Amino acid sequence: MLVDKYPKEIDRILAKFPPERKRAAALPLLYLAQREYGHVSKEAIREVAGILDVDPTQVGGLVGFYSLLHAKPGGKYRLQVCTDLPCALRGAEEFAEELCDNLRIKMGETTEDGLITVEEVKCLAGCDKAPMFQLQAPDGIHYFENQDLDSAMELIEELRQRGDDA
Amino acid sequence: MPEHILLRHRDIPEIADLDVYLKHDGFTAFEDVVKNQTPEQVIETVKTANLRGRGGAGFPAGVKWSFLTPGVFPRYVVANADESEPGTFKDREIMEGNPYQFLEGIAICSYAAQANTAYIYCRGEFWDLAHELEGKIEALTKRGLLGEGLFDTDYSLMIYVYLGAGAYICGEETALLSSMEGEIGHPRLRPPFPAAEGLFAKPTVINNVETLTNLPPIINQGADWYCSIGTEKSTGPKIFSLSGHVERPGNYELPFGTTFRELIFEHGGGIRDGKAIKGILPAGASAPLLPATDEVLDTPMDYESVPKVGSQLGSASIIVLDETVDIAWMAYKTTSFFKHESCGKCAPCREGTYWMYHILNRFQNGNAAPADIDLLNRVALGIQGKCFCALGEFSITPVVAGIEHFRSDFEALTGDGK
Ligand SMILES: Cc1cc2nc3c(=O)[nH]c(=O)nc-3n(C[C@H](O)[C@H](O)[C@H](O)COP(=O)(O)O)c2cc1C
Ligand code: FES
Repeated sequence: MLVDKYPKEIDRILAKFPPERKRAAALPLLYLAQREYGHVSKEAIREVAGILDVDPTQVGGLVGFYSLLHAKPGGKYRLQVCTDLPCALRGAEEFAEELCDNLRIKMGETTEDGLITVEEVKCLAGCDKAPMFQLQAPDGIHYFENQDLDSAMELIEELRQRGDDA
Repeated sequence: MPEHILLRHRDIPEIADLDVYLKHDGFTAFEDVVKNQTPEQVIETVKTANLRGRGGAGFPAGVKWSFLTPGVFPRYVVANADESEPGTFKDREIMEGNPYQFLEGIAICSYAAQANTAYIYCRGEFWDLAHELEGKIEALTKRGLLGEGLFDTDYSLMIYVYLGAGAYICGEETALLSSMEGEIGHPRLRPPFPAAEGLFAKPTVINNVETLTNLPPIINQGADWYCSIGTEKSTGPKIFSLSGHVERPGNYELPFGTTFRELIFEHGGGIRDGKAIKGILPAGASAPLLPATDEVLDTPMDYESVPKVGSQLGSASIIVLDETVDIAWMAYKTTSFFKHESCGKCAPCREGTYWMYHILNRFQNGNAAPADIDLLNRVALGIQGKCFCALGEFSITPVVAGIEHFRSDFEALTGDGK
C-alpha cells in the first residue's frame, strides 16, 4: 500500500494544498502510484481515491484523460518520439520509422523483451532540436534531443545493460 | 539588442546558480517592492510599462491584476508553464537557463496580488525541469528570499511546483485550474474570470512564464525604459521560437516589431539547403497560415501588425515552411494535433476536429475527391464561433487559410474519390 510505504512523501504532497482541497493532490499521487506499480492499476486508483476521500471513478477518469498516465502496463520504458509538425519538418517521422524498423516493431508496439515501447507524441517543446524524444522511465521522464538512429540505439543498449537495478 | 533581458544566461552562462544571479542584481527588485512599495504601486508600474501577456492573448498584465476582487483572501498566483503549443519552446529555455529571474517574477507578481501562495503549473513532460525548480525554490527558502516574514516585513510567500500529466488543453487557464483541483482538464465558463473566482474558488492571477520573467527588469529599470523597447503598443522584448525549415532554429529574444524577414533570414540564417520559403505559421498551429509574400515578410511581429496581414502573433512560435511542403499535409498535421488534444467537452470541437482529420486523411491516402476540398472548408467554417473554448477555434485556422492560399496543393491530391 502506498500509505504504508510512502507516508512522508504523501504528507509532503498533501501539504502543498489547503486541507479542504485535498483532491488537488490527485495528479501527484497518481504519479506516485505509477512509479510504484509501473502503471495505474484499478487497485492503485482505489488507493489514491482512499487518500483523497473521493470516489474511485473520479480518479479513474483522470487516468483516461491524461496522456502521461497509463492504465495498462507497457514496456519498462516508453520511448516517445515527437512527430508533430515542427519536428516532422526536420526529419522526425523518418527517424521514428527507422527506429521502429531497427527494433523490429511497429509504432505503438513493445520490443519482445518487454524493454521498450515506441510511441508517437505531440510537441514536447524541443522543436529546434529535432529529432527528439522523451523517455518515460520508472524514475521519471527525461528528454533526449538532436537524436539519430545511432544515438537512440546506443541509449537503448544502455537501458538493456542496466537491467533490473534501474 | 546588445544584451538579453530575458535569456540572460546567453550572456551570463552561470546565472542558473543562485550566487551568480544574486551577484547580478538578483532579488533586488523583489526586496525593493516588499520593503518600499505598495502592491498598488507595483501594479501601476506594470500598467505603465504595458507588459502584455506572452501566453498568446497579449492582455496587459497590470490591468488583469487590478481585476482581483478587493478584500477577498487568500489569493493565488499561478505561473502557466504548460507550454504545449507546437513550435513553442521559450518558457522551457527561460526556466532551464534563467530560472531565478522567473522565480523572482513570480514573487513580484505575488506581492502585487497580495498572494502568499504561488504555484507553477508545469507540463508533466517537464519532469526533470520541475524537479530542478523545486531545488531552486528550496535554495531561495534557505536564503530567506522565500518563506515567512520576508525582509523583516510581515509578507510571506511559498512557491510550489505542480506537474500536469500530458494535455494541451491544460494550458488554457480555466482548464489549468480544473486540472490543479484534481479534476479532468476541462475548460470552464468565463465569467467568473480567475481574478474573481480562480484556484480553489479564490481570486487568482494566472500569467505565462515569459510574462513573469519580465517583471524584475521592469521594477529595476522602470516603465519608461521598458517602453523604449519594442513598438508603441507592444512594448518590451519578446522571445520568438523559430522552428521548421531554417538554418538555425531556436529562440531569439528581439524587440517587438522585428520583421519576419529579419528573424528568419538574419537571425535564423535563412531557409535550409538554399530552398525558397513558402509559408509561415506565426503562432504555432493556432493561427492562420501566411503565404511568404514580401508584404508578409516585411510585417513587424507585434500584436497589432500581424492581424493586419491576416493572422495572429499568439505565443510567437514561428514555424517556417519551405517550397517542398505540401499544404494539405501541413493541414493534416495540425489537425491531427487538435483532434488528439480536443478535450471532448464540447461537440463542435470534438466532432469538428474528428471530421476534418478524416477528410484530410483521405488526401494523404489518395482517396480524396475534388468535392472534399469544399467539404473540408464547410466543416471548418461550420464549427467556427461555436466552440466552448479557443482550442476548437484555433484548429480550423491553418486549414481554412491553407485552402485559401494554396488550394492547388489540395487539388493536386484529389482523384475520383475511390
Ligand atoms: C487551448 C489553449 C492553450 C493554451 N496554452 C497555453 C500555454 O501553454 N501557456 C500559456 O502561458 N498560456 C496558454 N494559453 C493562454 C492562457 O489561457 C492564458 O491566457 C495565459 O496563461 C495568461 O497568461 P498571460 O496573460 O501572461 O499570457 C492557452 C490558451 C488556450 C485557449
Ligand atoms: S514539434 Fe516536436 S518538440 Fe515541438
